[in-house]
Amino acid sequence: MILFDSFLIYAALAGLGVAIAAAPLGCFVVWRRMAYFGDATAHASILGVALALSFEISIFAGVLIVALLMAATVSTLSNRGYAMDTILGVLAHSALAFGLVAVSFLQGVRIDLMAYLFGEILAVGLLDLIVIWAGALLVLSLLWWRWSALLTATLNPDLAYAAGIDPRREQLVLTLALALVVAVAIKVVGVLLISAMLIIPAATARPFAGTPERMAVMAAAIGGLSALGGLQLAFAFDTPTGPTIVCLAALLFTLSSVTTLLFRGPSA
Amino acid sequence: MSLVTLQDLTIRHSGNPVLTNVNFTITKGEIVTLVGPNGSGKSTLLRAVIGALRPNSGQVIRAPGLRIGYVPQKLHIDPTLPLTVRRFLSLPTRVPNSMADQALDQAGAGPLANRQMSRLSGGQFQRVLLARALLCNPQLLILDEATQGLDQPGSAAFYQQIETVRQQLGCAVLMVSHELHVVMAASDRVICLNGHICCEGEPEHVASAPEYRALFGTGTQGALALYRHEHNHSHDSDCDHHSHEAAE
Repeated sequence: MILFDSFLIYAALAGLGVAIAAAPLGCFVVWRRMAYFGDATAHASILGVALALSFEISIFAGVLIVALLMAATVSTLSNRGYAMDTILGVLAHSALAFGLVAVSFLQGVRIDLMAYLFGEILAVGLLDLIVIWAGALLVLSLLWWRWSALLTATLNPDLAYAAGIDPRREQLVLTLALALVVAVAIKVVGVLLISAMLIIPAATARPFAGTPERMAVMAAAIGGLSALGGLQLAFAFDTPTGPTIVCLAALLFTLSSVTTLLFRGPSA
Repeated sequence: MSLVTLQDLTIRHSGNPVLTNVNFTITKGEIVTLVGPNGSGKSTLLRAVIGALRPNSGQVIRAPGLRIGYVPQKLHIDPTLPLTVRRFLSLPTRVPNSMADQALDQAGAGPLANRQMSRLSGGQFQRVLLARALLCNPQLLILDEATQGLDQPGSAAFYQQIETVRQQLGCAVLMVSHELHVVMAASDRVICLNGHICCEGEPEHVASAPEYRALFGTGTQGALALYRHEHNHSHDSDCDHHSHEAAE
């Protein structure tokens, strides 16, 4: 096997950590139709990178702060006249554009923009690994703790209220988890492909799951498989790692869809 | 014992008053029906009772520890969310199988436990929603146009189920309905709403009130009388419910 070098072990563990945190959260993104929301938060994080570099704070902190600000902005602007996808379309791409411009202003800092746009999993160090797994475990425990309330609020806000659950608080929990995932995933898959790690494994798992819990567990397994397999493929074919991981996830999604079409008919 | 009291409740949606100075109380075991034209604030009132809306002025007073079973008007479940009936019943609180089965039986949805929610028919779906509302052993059951999308025999059967449930649990029922003649006859009290309370009282009283007739015309009165006859009949002897159901 090729996974003997320590940087490869770090890379594998980093990919696995991001995948198993992103996939269950991604189920909520899919169920609540928040795909664009994930995009907006992720794209804004390049602005966080610029801020982190200019104020010399950690990238993780910079990204987390900007992702949270972005999420708060989206929540505030929703229901104010524009359709949600319009607001998110505006915010996602302008945040990315402002981020890229801000990075170009940084004097004397040589940064590899590609590394933040598409990730650089092979450069993950021990400290990064600790941050990634701490973040991933935090996201998973948040989801575990709020699971029933989150599901109820996802089904219908009024059902949640009648059961004494405040759906706005659950929305906040999801937002927080999303910002955390973006902050830990930036090193692994980069800002442009984070949404893929959220959505593709969840969508792949959907036809085979009968309950929300099974869908979340299967999504995590599919995400983990994509991360480890993608890493190996990238090593074998000398391709960029982040995109290779996403390509493998997309292939699995295609396989899942085709299988469903062939064996269960289009309605499944 | 009063379960919920609304005091001088006023609610506005983006500046426009939807409910103005509404005073309302529902007590233990009572069936209260809200009627009123579209946009008259019926759903808004229900949502204030369950705590989904904050009043702009006035108060919502709930009995301490009040258990509310809520059946929403419609529930859209995204097709990407896999959800069996059994799993749905355990949201947000897990319930043992025995309780889930009992609630499904009570709601007339017995054999549906392992079905996907997305594959249910309209009538089955509403019964599952009712079963879920019954799980908390509610003191107050709230139904927001729960028979929307059902045909007339379907909704008549559904309201029959509600009445059976009320007799079993002794809970109060607060509901909104468009089907005036069906619902009003079964109610202890009818409230006619149009931004404020136009009139209220026993079904006969409301149906003949000039405010009600101004909103709905007189056409419903005949149907009300017709149904009431049938209804009284089925209550003359308490065990009459089986034959009634069999006749559907």
